[in-house]
Amino acid sequence: MATVTIADDHTHFYHPKTWIGKYVWSQDHKVIAIQYSLTAIAIGLVALVLSVLMRLQLGFPDTFHFIQPENYLQYVTMHGMIMVVYLLTALLLGGFGNYLIPLMVGARDMVFPYVNMLSYWVYLLAVLVLVASFFVPGGPTGAGWTLYPPQTVLEGTPGHEYGIILMLVSLALFIVGFTMGGLNYVVTVLQARTKGMTLMRMPCSVWGIFVAAIMALLAFPALFVACIMMLLDRIAGTSFFMPMIMSMGKDLGYEGGSPILFQHLFWFFGHPEVYIVALPAFGIVSDLISVHARKNIFGYRMMVWAIVVIGALSFFVWAHHMYVSGMNPYFGFFFATSTLIIAIPTAIKVYNWLLTLWRGNIHLRVPMLFAIAFLFTFIHGGLTGLFLGNVSVDVPLSDTFFVVGHFHMVMGVSPIIVIFGAIYHWYPKITGRMYNEALGQLHFWITFIGVYAIYLPMHYLGFLGVPRRYYALGETAFIPESAHLANQAITIAALIVFAAQAIFFYNMFWSLFRGPKADPNPWGAASLEWQTPDTPPKHGNWGDELPRVYRWAYDYSVPGAARDFIPQNEPHDESARYHRT
Amino acid sequence: MRVAIVIALLVLGSILFHIFSPWWMTPIASNWGSIDNALIITLYICAVAFVGLNLFLAMTLLKYRARPGHKAHYEPENVKLEKQLTLWTGLGIAGMLAPGLIAWNEYVTVPDDAAVIEATGQQWQWGFRFPGPDGVLGTAAVAHMSPDNSFGINPRDPYGRDDILVETNELHMPLGKPVKMVLRSKDVLHDFYVPQFRAKMDLVPGIVTYFWMTPTRTGTFEILCAELCGVGHHQMRGTVVVESQAAFDAWLAEQMTFGQMLAQNEATPTTQLAQADVKPMIGER
Repeated sequence: MATVTIADDHTHFYHPKTWIGKYVWSQDHKVIAIQYSLTAIAIGLVALVLSVLMRLQLGFPDTFHFIQPENYLQYVTMHGMIMVVYLLTALLLGGFGNYLIPLMVGARDMVFPYVNMLSYWVYLLAVLVLVASFFVPGGPTGAGWTLYPPQTVLEGTPGHEYGIILMLVSLALFIVGFTMGGLNYVVTVLQARTKGMTLMRMPCSVWGIFVAAIMALLAFPALFVACIMMLLDRIAGTSFFMPMIMSMGKDLGYEGGSPILFQHLFWFFGHPEVYIVALPAFGIVSDLISVHARKNIFGYRMMVWAIVVIGALSFFVWAHHMYVSGMNPYFGFFFATSTLIIAIPTAIKVYNWLLTLWRGNIHLRVPMLFAIAFLFTFIHGGLTGLFLGNVSVDVPLSDTFFVVGHFHMVMGVSPIIVIFGAIYHWYPKITGRMYNEALGQLHFWITFIGVYAIYLPMHYLGFLGVPRRYYALGETAFIPESAHLANQAITIAALIVFAAQAIFFYNMFWSLFRGPKADPNPWGAASLEWQTPDTPPKHGNWGDELPRVYRWAYDYSVPGAARDFIPQNEPHDESARYHRT
Repeated sequence: MRVAIVIALLVLGSILFHIFSPWWMTPIASNWGSIDNALIITLYICAVAFVGLNLFLAMTLLKYRARPGHKAHYEPENVKLEKQLTLWTGLGIAGMLAPGLIAWNEYVTVPDDAAVIEATGQQWQWGFRFPGPDGVLGTAAVAHMSPDNSFGINPRDPYGRDDILVETNELHMPLGKPVKMVLRSKDVLHDFYVPQFRAKMDLVPGIVTYFWMTPTRTGTFEILCAELCGVGHHQMRGTVVVESQAAFDAWLAEQMTFGQMLAQNEATPTTQLAQADVKPMIGER
């Protein structure tokens, strides 16, 4: 069986000799994880800068003359697409998925290391094609990250010449690359777990990433076909999404296509995508909370089932993005009900995180602070989602700043806060050094309070009815002068949060060289990745012998145990209470 | 310690922000009070959850922060508690879903006596059409569009002759009469959005969409486009004037019908007739 070569027979494990073999064309999941993460963060920085430019325009219209309406729409589009796909998906699955899965399940690597390497290089190509669209005539597409046709390919939209083509090609490449990675994650979890590591002993992080990878393999194909069909509409004159159109007085020769068909395909991908980002974050945050509260994750079985149920249900809610799209309005009844039902397993997760903290022994180190901040932002963002899911309530709020506030809290801020927490948490394992605690705390406080100052007022602008994706509000009777002040305040908060990220990068970079040597298991964590013989783990992860697992990943503060945690690879003796799994 | 206090302060701050915020729903001017009510119910149920969960979080952080000699409690799960929480959450969800669905049922059920008004969108302006004395809009399609027939009305359709066309961005409506807004786009997606009416719906090229409402307050309101439609999106504005029936009738009488417009363009009627039945028609009967 394939598992045998990877799992045990390490004598046949080829260790690359050259620098290029080790760090460039690497097949080591840890190196690939870092490649994925650095690429994702680099392109994410581009998206971050674009968001600042957007905020400058919204806060101070008529001030920055280099921001014209077409530029603004390009910023909106590229910011959204990069953040959702090229940063969050790539970082959580390609980055954390790659790093954590083999270490957490006790494997030497992914089951298909070569395909894993290929996955990264195709992803990099997708990123480069996307970046190239900034430099073609007409610039990148400004169709909004949802790329709704027909405007996407018509001349009233910036980037309709080449930008849109590069965007579609880049997305198709991303999906090809992701499929290679995703298959790896799923097969590794199913086939390469070490002895004793049953599915119900895996840490929640692995569960979240595993289910998200399965979902991505099912959801991305919908986006893939939508991209190919739109590409054909744009280049080959087909009419998949294009009805007969009179654009600026010209008949464009299209006939009979359906713009709403694209929306269905897009959101059939797009809604699961929200959970493809959220589930790994849910899993990771469960582990952060458990480790730093020195307490097992409360209701582990329920947590796992909630992840699975959320993953499955998320394929039946997509049209809640389309209540006012002109689809058959009777769909609204079904999709509102399915959408609100999904809130139940999500709420259970929130309760169980809180109950994990309850009666814990809470160490407020930087990763834990971020985990706590996630609870706050996710409760907020999750609840505002109920407004938008609740069909008739969505009608006045759709396409207003309420939507912007909601999805940024729930799938922008929340997962990114988890990512920060996760980076601080695993930094000592990945680099072998400790970050600077004081700088980490400073970064945390500015980021946490700053983002709330940015997004809370947006919800109220949305109640007022301020539409989103507007280059300028201009003179609009129902929008009072105070709303413009709110926009200025939001922009100032955004600039502060933006600047504060420099602290994070400085800390990461400085600590890499100057940070104190890290203990192999500084938090006293029970899961396998902290039990490696070397820190950082070497190629092959486990030295001569694979670890054997005897217990679940959450044996913290067990009555009778000598320490307040028992590693997963420690056999049980009679003294400590044993949780049978 | 600090983080517990900050979380509690953020909860308090959010409540104060809600109370003192100058930004709240624009005063309503339509029959959709039921939507506002569903929103308020959703808001209160969510607010209870938000305040309760976060204060519990803050209290937990304060009470169980690590101190020398303190040890965490050991309890893998508590199935009974989890079931109870699931039940209560389910009830809360049902409590907000019910008014939401009831309001939606109203939203999708157009009253039989609703008058029909058509709004058409194109980059980046609005046009409007009334069915005229026969009460029926003539069929229309992109294929019929020409400089003389910007609405694309089928010149051979007798129902279209008395249709009243408004090519400026200004729409008038009589107060207190239910209206079915029929929506059509010539080029890309748009969305007919008047914040005071609460209702909105996309305009989709190739199909006809609709929503209904009853204006309940006279006044002049702004029509915005709420679906990204290109570089001029933010400037795609119109005006809707809600006025008494008498004032509305007087305004409507000043507008030109399609038949009058055809007569005015007598010089080149052949071009339209020649194109008339080439392409399939979409329309509203």
